[in-house]
Amino acid sequence: MGKEQNMNTTTSVPANILELRDVSMIYGQVKALQSICLTVKKGEWLAIMGPSGSGKTTMMNIIGCMDRPSSGAVILDGQDVSGMSLHALTRIRREGIGLIFQQFHLISYLTALENVMVAQYYHSMIDENEAMQALERVGLKDRAKHLPRQLSGGEQQRVCIARALINYPKLILADEPTGNLDEANEQIVLDLLRRLHAEGSTIIVVTHSPEVAEYAEKTIVLEHGRIVRTTENLKESGDK
Amino acid sequence: MNKHEMYIKMLLSSLLRRRSRMMVALLAVAIGAAVLLGMTTISYDIPRQMGREFRSYGANMLFVAAGGGAMMSLNDVDRAVALLPQGNLVGVTPYRYRPVRSNMQPYTAVGTRFDQVKKTSPWWNVSGAWPGSGNEILIGSDVAEFTRLGPGGTISLSGRNSEGARFSREMTVSGIVRTGGLEDGFLFMDLSTMEDLAGDAGTAEVAEVSVAANATDLSALVALIRDRVPTIAPQLVKRVTQSEASVLSRLQALVALVTLIVLVLTMICVATTMMTVVMERRKEIGLKKALGAENRSIVAEFLGEGICLGLLGGLLGVAFGWFFAWTISVNVFGRAIAFNIFLVPATLLVSVVVTGVACLIPVRRAIDVDPALVLRGE
Repeated sequence: MGKEQNMNTTTSVPANILELRDVSMIYGQVKALQSICLTVKKGEWLAIMGPSGSGKTTMMNIIGCMDRPSSGAVILDGQDVSGMSLHALTRIRREGIGLIFQQFHLISYLTALENVMVAQYYHSMIDENEAMQALERVGLKDRAKHLPRQLSGGEQQRVCIARALINYPKLILADEPTGNLDEANEQIVLDLLRRLHAEGSTIIVVTHSPEVAEYAEKTIVLEHGRIVRTTENLKESGDK
Repeated sequence: MNKHEMYIKMLLSSLLRRRSRMMVALLAVAIGAAVLLGMTTISYDIPRQMGREFRSYGANMLFVAAGGGAMMSLNDVDRAVALLPQGNLVGVTPYRYRPVRSNMQPYTAVGTRFDQVKKTSPWWNVSGAWPGSGNEILIGSDVAEFTRLGPGGTISLSGRNSEGARFSREMTVSGIVRTGGLEDGFLFMDLSTMEDLAGDAGTAEVAEVSVAANATDLSALVALIRDRVPTIAPQLVKRVTQSEASVLSRLQALVALVTLIVLVLTMICVATTMMTVVMERRKEIGLKKALGAENRSIVAEFLGEGICLGLLGGLLGVAFGWFFAWTISVNVFGRAIAFNIFLVPATLLVSVVVTGVACLIPVRRAIDVDPALVLRGE
C-alpha cells in the first residue's frame, strides 16, 4: 500500500508526473540553470542532452530530489518539493524515484541480489523473492549470488536497473545508463528501458548519445543552463 | 532474510572487506582494553601485593596501656591481637623498659622477644649474634663504642626491681645492634630475662604490631580493639601508615594516568581508521543516501561497526590484559594475582564506549556526504 501511495498527497491524480516552473540554480556567480520550464507526463520518456557544463547534472539533482533550486517550483506528482527539507526530500526520493547510474554504483561486498535488497532495506521491508523476480526481469536470475566484480559491465547495469525498479518508483532517472557499456550491452539495457516504458514507467534519461535519445518520445537540449531545443520524436513510443 | 539480518550482513561484510584496515583498529582497541584490564587488576591488587612489602618499614600500630597507665597486661595484648586478621599479621613485639647501671653509668635495658623483633623491625643490623640463652644481651652500637665491648664481652648490670629490691647480673654480649635510631643507646635482653630481674611478669609498656592492611582497615581495627579491649590503647604509627597510603595512592594514580593515556590513544587510532573508512566509502554512503537512507541508518551502520570493533577488541583485550597482569604480578611481586570477574563486562563496556566515542566525528562526516555525488561521477 505504501508503495502505491508514494507521493500522492493531493486528491486529484495529476496528468504530469513532473513540472519545473521557472527553475533556476545559481552556485555563487555561476548560473547552472536559468528559468527552466518543463513538463513530463506520466508514462513519458524524456531524454536530456547537452554538452558538458550545460546543466544536465544539476537538473538531474533537482529532479531526483538530491538538491533544491535557488528559485522556481518543482512539482513532482502534484507536490511542490522545491521548499522541502532534506529529510522530506530523502523520503520522496526513497518512495518515488528509481536511480540508474552511468557507473552502476553497486555495493562491492554485497551480491547482486543483496544489492537489489538494499533498496528495499531503506524503503520498507525486505522481500527476497521480489528482489529475485526483479533480477529475473533483467535476465540475471542465475547471477543473483555473484558479487559485482564477478559481473560484466552490462550485467552490473542490469542489477542497477533491477534495484531502481524494486520499489515501483513513479519516475526512473537514468544518468548516462549506457555510457560505460559496449554496443551489445547498450542494446540490452535500452531494450529493458523500452520494456519498462511500454509497461507504463516514466523515464528521464540524461545522455550524450543521439542514438539513445532517439528512444525517447521527447528530447530537450540544454546549453548554458537553458533549454535551447525541444524535439518530439515522431516514431512510435520507445521504438527505434 | 529480514531487515535485522540484512543489517548484520552489511555490517559484517563491510568489516570483513576492509579487514586489514580494521585489524589495525581492532589491535588498537585490544591493546587499550588489555592495558585497561591489566592495569585495573594490578591497581586493585597493589595494596594486597604491596602490603607485605611495606611491612619492612616496621610496625604500623602500637599498643600502650589505656588511661595513662604505665604497664599493660600481655594477656590483654593477646586478646587485642586475636582481633586482628591473623593471615595479615606479620608480628607483635612487646617492649619493657628498665633503668639499669653498669660501672656507675646509667643505661636503659629493654626486654623483648627477639623472634618477633626480626619480623617487626627487619632493618636491625646486628653484628655478632642475636641473644640465645637467658644470660645473653644485645647492646646498641653507641653503648658498644662507649664501653668498648664487643661480641663475647661481659657487662655487669645492676638496678632495682618493681618491689624496690636490688638486682645485679653479669651478662654476655652476643652482638651489637645498629639502627641509626634510639636503639643504638639501649641494652636488649629477652623479655623473660627482664621479668627475672625486674619482676612484674606478663606485662609490657608498649607492643609494636605489624599488620598488612591499608589505612582505612587499620583505623577500623584500632576502633575495634578500643571497643573490645578497653585496657589497651591502640595507636596508628602515622608516619608509616600515611607514607604507605601516599605511595599506594601515587602508584594507583600513575596506573590510572597511563590507562587513560592509552585509552585516548586507542580512541585516536580508531577515530583515524574510521575517518579513513568513511572517506573511502563516500560513494557508497552517497549511494545509500541517494537510495533513500535516512541519516539514522547511516549512523546505525557506522556505530554498529564501531561497537563490533569495541566488543571484539574488548574480548581480545580481556585475554591479553589478564595475561599481562598475571605476568607482571608473578615477575614483579612474585605471587599470583586475584582475577576480578566483574572487570570483564566493565572492560567490554569501556571498549565499546571508547570506540563509540571515537566513531562520532567519522559518523558526522558520513552523514554530511552529499547523495548527489553519485550523479557527478566523483
